[in-house]
Amino acid sequence: MSVNQNRKHRGYNFAFLDENTKREIRRKLLKAVAIPGYQVPFASPELPIARGWGTGGLQITMAIIGPGDVLKVIDQGCDGSVNAVNIRKLLVKTTGVATTFDTNAASIIQTRHRIPEEAMRQDQILVLQVPIPEPLRYVEASEAKTREMHGEMDYSRMWVYLYENIVQYGEITIGARYPSLVNRRYLIDPSPIPRWDVPKLNQAETLYLFGAGREKRIYAVPPHTLAEPLEFEDFRFRVEDFTGRSCIRCGATDTYMNEMYDSSSGRKLFVCSDSGYCDRRREQSVTQNLACAEPTGHPLGRVPPKAEALVAPIQERSRSYPTASKEAGALEQVVIEGKEAR
Amino acid sequence: MAATGEAVLEVRGLTRLYGAGCPDCLVLTGPDAGTNICPQCHAIVACNNISFDLEQGEILGIVGESGSGKSTLLRCICFDEEVTAGECYFAAFGTGRDDAFSQTGQARRYIRNHLLGIVYQNPLMGIKPHFTAGGNVAEKLLTADVYNVSLIRQRAATLLQRTEVPLARMDDFPANFSGGMQQRVQIAKALANNPPVLLLDEVSTGLDVSVQARVLDLIKEIQRDLGIAMIVVSHDLGVIRLLADRTGVMQHGQVIEFGLTDQILEDPQHRYTQLLVHSMP
Repeated sequence: MSVNQNRKHRGYNFAFLDENTKREIRRKLLKAVAIPGYQVPFASPELPIARGWGTGGLQITMAIIGPGDVLKVIDQGCDGSVNAVNIRKLLVKTTGVATTFDTNAASIIQTRHRIPEEAMRQDQILVLQVPIPEPLRYVEASEAKTREMHGEMDYSRMWVYLYENIVQYGEITIGARYPSLVNRRYLIDPSPIPRWDVPKLNQAETLYLFGAGREKRIYAVPPHTLAEPLEFEDFRFRVEDFTGRSCIRCGATDTYMNEMYDSSSGRKLFVCSDSGYCDRRREQSVTQNLACAEPTGHPLGRVPPKAEALVAPIQERSRSYPTASKEAGALEQVVIEGKEAR
Repeated sequence: MAATGEAVLEVRGLTRLYGAGCPDCLVLTGPDAGTNICPQCHAIVACNNISFDLEQGEILGIVGESGSGKSTLLRCICFDEEVTAGECYFAAFGTGRDDAFSQTGQARRYIRNHLLGIVYQNPLMGIKPHFTAGGNVAEKLLTADVYNVSLIRQRAATLLQRTEVPLARMDDFPANFSGGMQQRVQIAKALANNPPVLLLDEVSTGLDVSVQARVLDLIKEIQRDLGIAMIVVSHDLGVIRLLADRTGVMQHGQVIEFGLTDQILEDPQHRYTQLLVHSMP
């Protein structure tokens, strides 16, 4: 896709950061890829977005993005939520790259808390925003000690934590941030992706880069690398169960779904968390004229984009975001709830 | 008693200094100098060139006054502290001739997790009060690569039963246990993966007399049944007399007398040992 020429760089260097800062991040990225799962410290300078709002992922994206890249930014699977919109706007303003909602069309995907449903390819990079890079924080508060524990591969306390979970509750209660062992060496916090997404890290085609801006750490799961969630011989790791549930928009039964409560009918509704994937499925079913869920808007308030919208420049596409106050309110509410749930 | 003459642990020239140290530290300190602080550089010589063998199935006692370096010796062997000089060989590690002190942190952790059991004077150093009693035993098993919950629970139940911790309290937190019970949880934890060497640092100190007797009985029983070699550090000759086959007496960082426990108690050679034996109640 061509560079969006309509946007000026507005006086900033390409991708906001100066070249030396980007070079430092790229050096740290190389180290992170060379030692899978190892948390590499990096400078993490100030950005126009506050720390804790995805600055780690943002800096990685800024360091690796080029004018020919096609960018997709998602927040909890959704292209239209606040965090994703702000980060996308900043990146487009400072780089002028083309953006997309389509996972297949993107070359770089920056994400908060989800890995897209569609299998990613080796020519794509997924950049994850990480709030807490240290998986051992659950069991050891001291950063000095956890570094030593990583050095000696001493993960027994994490294991005891899981054991105690099983003793107390009959199963492991960690929902997101499920600790996983990379390359049989380093334990990572795979950022707060749901369990559903954890198996996607293992022996993947895609390079996964993790950036924690507040804690100044970068780590990576390279392609074709083992990434195994911790599990006992008699208590296997399992993903979220959506048996008997289907997305009210696209009818999918094999995706990670958000649960929503419809206060008027008192029903629990389920909808795909990956909005881009959901939209594509709806489009396909509409064009193929297949029976599917009634054509309502996305419950998160966004109108499904038309096929042309996927390749249209960013100004055009931004129209598909909710503008009506009622819809925007609904969107904000969901996003805020998502943030608190973290 | 059960000793077979095969060393499971050999310690050679173990030395631990606190402070910068000077070339004369080791000569200027010790029982003859009457101090373990170097008069030249003021470094503290906690352990001065200590060598011994620990044989299969025996209990080795280390006795001495406070500050004589016995606990430091034990902490060096379990890698809680770095040694200044010296070597240490575990029969079960590598070829048996690989110096444990010069291994990487990861290899040392392997030795500590797989070949050692440690019981500290203060139970809270050995167990985590906010893991359950069962979880504490599980921790030791998990470090030794047992990743099966039902196996872990079986083993934990067996050990806690053996150390007389009521099974009903297996899933309770040791923070709510009495001192004696915490100590018994710690012993259960140390034994979890059947280590060839068990290190006991003042295990019975601070416990009331009846609990003390039960803990000592338990240690004796474990040695008899499992044939685990142990190093027992105590300032109490009574404990040493009850448990140890051989005993070393330490003063000012040096071993001043070493031999069969009976021999040391009946016929002490060194002045300090004589004083120690004669002051026994």
